[in-house]
Amino acid sequence: MSASIAMAESSRSGAHALLDGAQTAWDMLSEEQMQKPITTGCEELDTILGGGIQCKAVTEIGGIPGIGKTQLGIQLAVNVQIPVQYGGLGGKAVYIDTEGSFMVERAHQIIEGCIADLFEKFEHRKQSLVCPYILQPNSFLANIFYFRVCSYTEQIAAVNYLEKFLEEHKDIIVVDSITFHFRRDFDDLAMRTRVLGGMSSKLMRFTKKHNLAVVLLNQVTTKFVDGSFQLTLALGDSWSHACTNRIILYWNGNERHAYIDKSPSLRSASAPFQVTSKGIRNVTSNCKRVRMM
Amino acid sequence: MSNKLISQMGLPSSLANVFSARNILTAKDALSLPEFDLMALLDVDRDQVRTAVARISEIACPPCRTALSLMEDRALTGGYLPTRLLGLDRALRGGIPFGALTELVGPSGIGKTQFCLKLALLAALPSSYGGLNGRVIYMDTESKFHSTRLIEIGRSSFPHIFNSEGMAQEMAGRIIVLRPASLDELTERYVQMLFVLLNLAIVNFMYGLHRENERSTTGQKQHSCHLPLSFLKSLAEFSQIPIVVTNQVRSQNNYEVVHYPFQGNTDRTSCMLEKLESHLIASLGIQWAHAVTIRLIFEAHSGQYTPQILV
Repeated sequence: MSASIAMAESSRSGAHALLDGAQTAWDMLSEEQMQKPITTGCEELDTILGGGIQCKAVTEIGGIPGIGKTQLGIQLAVNVQIPVQYGGLGGKAVYIDTEGSFMVERAHQIIEGCIADLFEKFEHRKQSLVCPYILQPNSFLANIFYFRVCSYTEQIAAVNYLEKFLEEHKDIIVVDSITFHFRRDFDDLAMRTRVLGGMSSKLMRFTKKHNLAVVLLNQVTTKFVDGSFQLTLALGDSWSHACTNRIILYWNGNERHAYIDKSPSLRSASAPFQVTSKGIRNVTSNCKRVRMM
Repeated sequence: MSNKLISQMGLPSSLANVFSARNILTAKDALSLPEFDLMALLDVDRDQVRTAVARISEIACPPCRTALSLMEDRALTGGYLPTRLLGLDRALRGGIPFGALTELVGPSGIGKTQFCLKLALLAALPSSYGGLNGRVIYMDTESKFHSTRLIEIGRSSFPHIFNSEGMAQEMAGRIIVLRPASLDELTERYVQMLFVLLNLAIVNFMYGLHRENERSTTGQKQHSCHLPLSFLKSLAEFSQIPIVVTNQVRSQNNYEVVHYPFQGNTDRTSCMLEKLESHLIASLGIQWAHAVTIRLIFEAHSGQYTPQILV
């Protein structure tokens, strides 16, 4: 008798141990539904993304030079800061720049565009929802934390250091680009894969632990597939497993499009978008492509 | 940053000794290895490795700055070289930016060299005339620099300066022209540029030097571009000067890669049409293009050239 009671007891505590730290799917559903996505600025793009860039996920965005990756990265770093009263997250952004493509004047321009659109959208409200001083370009700029990384060592160090840095609340990490240094200086490709694997699992942990979005911008390379060369995102096949969602930005004729290449929850779909002086926006009828790659 | 010595990072001495005993001396050595490899190599447990790596990373990590402080810095240093073309300056929010690589692309004969000559002059001009009052290095790999033309531009654009005594000589004297004959010499010159006080660097048509190596494999060609490319970029950022490079266009080959797998099977015919129309693409390939910050594309529209900006 005592033996069976003892066994029952131990199995119960075993079961407890199993459930420790786990979540039921129902709890996750309520959490997911409460989670606000980060708008990209383009409604069509937001729609195929299910509202915008998801928090608690690593999203990889890749494309050829000039397609608008950095523009989208900066736009997200700005849009995450849209105050809660205006439908945003009221958050802060970390921007890790490996290529030096972050132009602060452009960020300023995008912030001005964002603020102007917010005022236009909420014009009908008689009194202002938020104290005007918060909706100043300078306060947006102050909430973008910028790291300029010049080698892969610094890139790894920065990601490691984020563990401590993120103790103060942040909502999005943009890495522009994840590829630049890793394509040049690594001779040992197997080692590169493992180092990248370590980095990606760290970033994945950050999304869960700190409830933020990670956006990795990637470059393209060519791959020989089925008898012809095709464009694909850089860093190889093993890296492509590292991210939760994968979006490819490409030219479709004269228009810029975004295509959801991989996602556990979103359908493969394509949406057009435009890069304007205000930032990433919907396509209007007179957008123009410059005919060069 | 990556060459910082572990011995100077304030790790507990027992741990620091283990690192140096295994010949892991710099931050780069330590951070290039995955955590598990480090554990095995150093024969220490995971927690110790983690704390050590965290400490090394904190020190090797570049300093964090807010975008606001970047903006304030920009305001102090001026931040750009105005081109005097109103529309272009407006689109560029001031002019050719400091601290970044700007590329001029276009077919031959469209005016890239002329634009470069004008920029060189603008940088040499005294600040009272809107210039940078400084020294310019002009890297001329195709022997396209003609001083007569430079003076001619100067005389017609800034007559009051150039017609006064000795000013033409002083302005032209601020522009240093180099003619590297090989890729190695070019790279050497870049390194030398670090030690000179500069306000603008113009590299006219790099592709000429790479054309010689064209028969080599694609992998090699890309590699040979990288050192100068990344160096130029670092030089621009470190010295906070504008660097302008020119690039040529070349015809698109039939096997040129343009599509992703998900685009592949649709519409072969439209793809061909697109190729015929836009058959000119910038040379030097995709990796170079990824490193350039601003690209100004010169296109001819019914006889007049118009620069379009692709950032």
